[in-house]
Formats: sequence, C-alpha cells, structure tokens
Amino acid sequence: MALLEIKDLCISFGGLQAVQNFSISIEQNQLYGLIGPNGAGKTTVFNLLTGVYKPTSGSITLDGQGISGKSPMEINKSGIARTYQNIRLFSNMSVLDNVKVGLHNQIKYSAFSGIFRLPSYWKQEKLMNERALKLLKVFDLEHQSKNLSCNLPYGKQRKLEIVRALATNPKLLLLDEPAAGMNPNETAELMNTIKFIRDEFNIAILLIEHDMRLVSGICEQVAVLNFGSELTHGNTNEVLKDPRVITAYLGE
Amino acid sequence: MRKLFLKSIKSSTRNKFSTYIMVIAFFSIAAILVEAGILGSLFKGLLVPMCYYIILAVSLNLTVGILGELSLGHAGFMCVGAYVGGVFSILTKDIITSALIRFPLALVVGGLAAGLFGILIGIPILRLKGDYLAIVTLAFGEIIKKLVQNIYIIKDVTGFHFSFATSIDTSTIDSESKQVILNGPMSISGIPKNANIVIGVILVLITLFVIMNLVDSRSGRAFMAIRDNRIVAEGIGINITKYKLIVFSFSAFFAGVAGSLFAHFSTVDPTKFDYNLSILILVFVVLGGIGNIRGSVIAAVILYALPELLRSFQNYRMLIYAIVLIVMMILNNNEKFLRFKERFTFKRLFAKKHAKEDA
Repeated sequence: MALLEIKDLCISFGGLQAVQNFSISIEQNQLYGLIGPNGAGKTTVFNLLTGVYKPTSGSITLDGQGISGKSPMEINKSGIARTYQNIRLFSNMSVLDNVKVGLHNQIKYSAFSGIFRLPSYWKQEKLMNERALKLLKVFDLEHQSKNLSCNLPYGKQRKLEIVRALATNPKLLLLDEPAAGMNPNETAELMNTIKFIRDEFNIAILLIEHDMRLVSGICEQVAVLNFGSELTHGNTNEVLKDPRVITAYLGE
Repeated sequence: MRKLFLKSIKSSTRNKFSTYIMVIAFFSIAAILVEAGILGSLFKGLLVPMCYYIILAVSLNLTVGILGELSLGHAGFMCVGAYVGGVFSILTKDIITSALIRFPLALVVGGLAAGLFGILIGIPILRLKGDYLAIVTLAFGEIIKKLVQNIYIIKDVTGFHFSFATSIDTSTIDSESKQVILNGPMSISGIPKNANIVIGVILVLITLFVIMNLVDSRSGRAFMAIRDNRIVAEGIGINITKYKLIVFSFSAFFAGVAGSLFAHFSTVDPTKFDYNLSILILVFVVLGGIGNIRGSVIAAVILYALPELLRSFQNYRMLIYAIVLIVMMILNNNEKFLRFKERFTFKRLFAKKHAKEDA
C-alpha cells in the first residue's frame, strides 16, 4: 500500500481554482518530485498536505489514515514534516534549541517537572540533547549548535530547517525548493544529502524544485502541475521528455 | 578546582544563580543600610514595593518577551489578586490567627484567583494577535477596576450582604457585629499589614525560580517557538492553545501574588490599578530588555526607585525621570555600549580573576 495517497484534491479561493483534481500516490521510501511553472499551485499542495489550508474536496491518506481537514499540529504528529520556500527558522533561538523544538513531541516531560527540575527533566533533557546533537552531527552543524540560528550562513540555515523537520520523526518529508539560491556545487552536495536522508532515516521525500538537474538526478517519480491541474505524472525520464511538459514548463 | 566547577554547570544555570545572588545581595545590603540609618526612612518604604514591581515586571516579561504577545492588562490581574487576597485575609483573620500561615495562604489564593482570570481571558483572545490582543487586555484591566469599585459586601451575624453599584442599606444590618468587607469606591479596609521585606524577597526569588526554570525547559522552548514563528511552531507539532494558556495563567498568577502582597502592605485604592500602572510595568519590561528576565529585575528596581529618590528635585523630578528613560532606551540599542557591557559580565570577571591566579 502506498504511504501517501492523494485523491482528487481541490481547493478554491473565491472564484480561483488554485488546485483541481490533483491525485498522486507516494510509496514508502520514494523520492518524488513536484514541478511546474510559477503559480501552478505547488506550494498550495504542500499547504494542503500539512493542514495550513483545508481542501475544498478530495482526500489525503497517510499510511491508511485520513488526514485531510486536520490541524497542522495533528498532521505533524501523524508523520508529515516540511521545510519552507523562504527559510523559516526560530531565528532568536540557538541552533540546538531549534532542533530541540523539533523533538517536542518525541521526548516529553511536563511543565511541572520542568519548573521543579524533577528527575524526569534531567533524564529527558539529556536524551534530548544527545538526540539533537546526533542529528546536527549528521549534517555537520554540531560545532555551531550554540549560535543563534539567524547567524548561520544561508546554506546551513536550509540544512538546519531540514534537521528540525527530521527531528519530528516524519514518515514523509516535504521539501519546498531546497536548492533555491544555491550554486552548482552546493546543489550537488544537496542531492547527496537528500539521498542520504532517504536511506538513513528510511522515509519518503516529496520535493518542489525548479532545478531540473536535481530533479532528474534524484527523483524516481515526478508530477507536473500547470495552472492548478495535473499535467502528467510518472517516471522522471519519461515525464521530462513529454512534449506537453516541454511546452508548458521546460521550454524547447 | 573552582574553575572546573564553574565550567561544569551549564551557562544558563550559572546565569540563573547570578540573578538570585544579585537579588539577595541587593536587598540584604539595602536592608542593612536602612537599619544602620545610612539610608533614610524614605528608602525603607520603597523596598517592599520594589519586590512587587519586580514580580510584576518578571511575570509580564513572560507574556511580552517570551511568548511575544503584547498585554496591557497586567494591572487588572494585580487588582484581582489584591482584592481576593485582601478579602481572604479579612475573612480568615479570626479563624487562622497565625499570620505566618494566613499570609502565605492569602498570597496563594490571590494568585490563583488572578490565574483563573488569566485563563478565562485567555480562552476568547487566543485567536487575537498584536494590537488586537493589546486592546482586549487593556479593556479587561479597565473593566476589572470599574467592577471592584462597585461591589459592596458587609458581613454581620445573619451572614453576608451583597450589593452592586448601590451601597447597602445599613438599617437592615445588625450594627453590633457589622464588618464592612468591600465598600465600593472606598475599597477594602482592615487588611492586616503582614507584608515585610523578607517575605517580599522570598516571593521575588520564588517567582524568578519558577519563571526562569519554566523558560529554560521544553515548555519554554515551545513559548519561544510560538513567538518566533507561530505557523512553523504549529507545523512542528506544538499545541499553540495549550502553551498560550500556560503563559497567560502563570503570568496572571504571579501578578495576582504581587497584588496580594501589595494589599497587605499599603492601602488598596482601586484607582491605582489603571492603565498607567500597566504601562509602567511594560516600561520596566521594555527598558530591561524584552525577553531578558534579569533585565526586568534591574529595570524595575531602578525605574521604581528613581522618581521617589528624585523628590528633592521637586518640579524637575519627572523631567529627570524622562531623560533617564530616553538615555536607557538609547543605550540599550547602542552596539558600543552593549560591547562595553559584555566586558563586565560575571563570567568575564571570574575569568580575569582566574587568569591572574594561574599566572
């Protein structure tokens, strides 16, 4: 059974049909690309998947469990985490604290034991530190763990956003233009990182990207959106050769 | 050896301890100087108010600085605490004769009542942000003030007599056992004045302990995440409703405790809990540094004491006060001054001392 099943997803803002009849299914451990011209509704799909918007009609099923119409908090708990097109870190908090916020629902103790420093505080906080540092180490950020996150260079901020999303222990990770603003070297490194995340954390990844080298390099499947409706989806190489995709998005 | 010990404890813990030590040191030195007669009786009368202003500033900083929501109703919560705590003390004066038991109870009861109001006002305003939240909390403060100005309660052998907006007809009341508890705009009288500097300082330390530990924990990180980016915080699985209510209730609780302390120290005048008081507390928070708990403590002490100590300047008093406010505002945003301040932190001072010892 597919991990994520989207069926006939529609949303309209007033008279504007932002997304209509969008259906894809993502398998466990799959790298899936979502491409299309600007304003096609890609980020809207992400917002629908994470509960920021409620779909007008259609269904979203994660691991056999219907999640459409639930709140962002509940959807995150059931296993979808995301990053944002324009980086949104908790900028006045340290790098380590950003990751620890991500671990909020993974390692718990009550506010009461936090105030009175009960044994559960020390135990869980130690566990949290270890887990957060381990995650940061995977992405080579552990030396900056005490810096404020807003002081990190751009590329590392992107990485930190991914680490924070991974800390919530998702089954599906949504990356919104992870390569935006990166040079070819950084993009090549990012491609390796994304593949590494998939293998190391054993999760499925759905990503929006305009850099076709990245998409053709790592995505196994691709869906193309144009004016809110799905143009086609399928195997990456076939989709990118599709004449309709070439006219609508890639150019001759 | 000592250096190792200092290194082994986390910097946040060290920060907290230096704040506690700072508070204890300041108040002990001040108390000694007052006892020795070096500082006059004017200063003596300022010490307990300093305590409740510190508690108010620190608790408001939790809402404004840590959660990032502008609240202008802090005086309202203080008012609830003052009235409930005061009435509690009057009613139980004959039952619990020991002030040592009654007064802490009155503080807790005042705090709990204010905390309850914090939750009650918190639920409907959860969806509001920024200016709108400020308007509602401001209105809350004013409503509370007007409400308590219009409540009349008299107790006699037959029981309690309540009235709202009009004073109670005294002919129906047994004059022998009559005890006026709340008398509208005339407020409460007869609250035992149990407050003293020791209890004040203990309360300040408890407030600092609870709020600083809360901020430096899983819940505190959730508050700050909500402040930095609400949408992302929710997307990362944080229950916004729950954590906002925790902040509102804690903030209101401590404002209530401060109010109850106030009621047991000086005359409760309902007109005191007005918009100006809320703004005054906000000024402490803003000038002490938003989100900086220790800064709130320092700002509350300096800015409360200053206008009182400047009384000898008579008409120029508020002028000087205003200049100090402006200078503090400029310095707080001045990079050079901040770097200058960096050089004189506890950590640096310790480090220098050890460097000398090692050499």
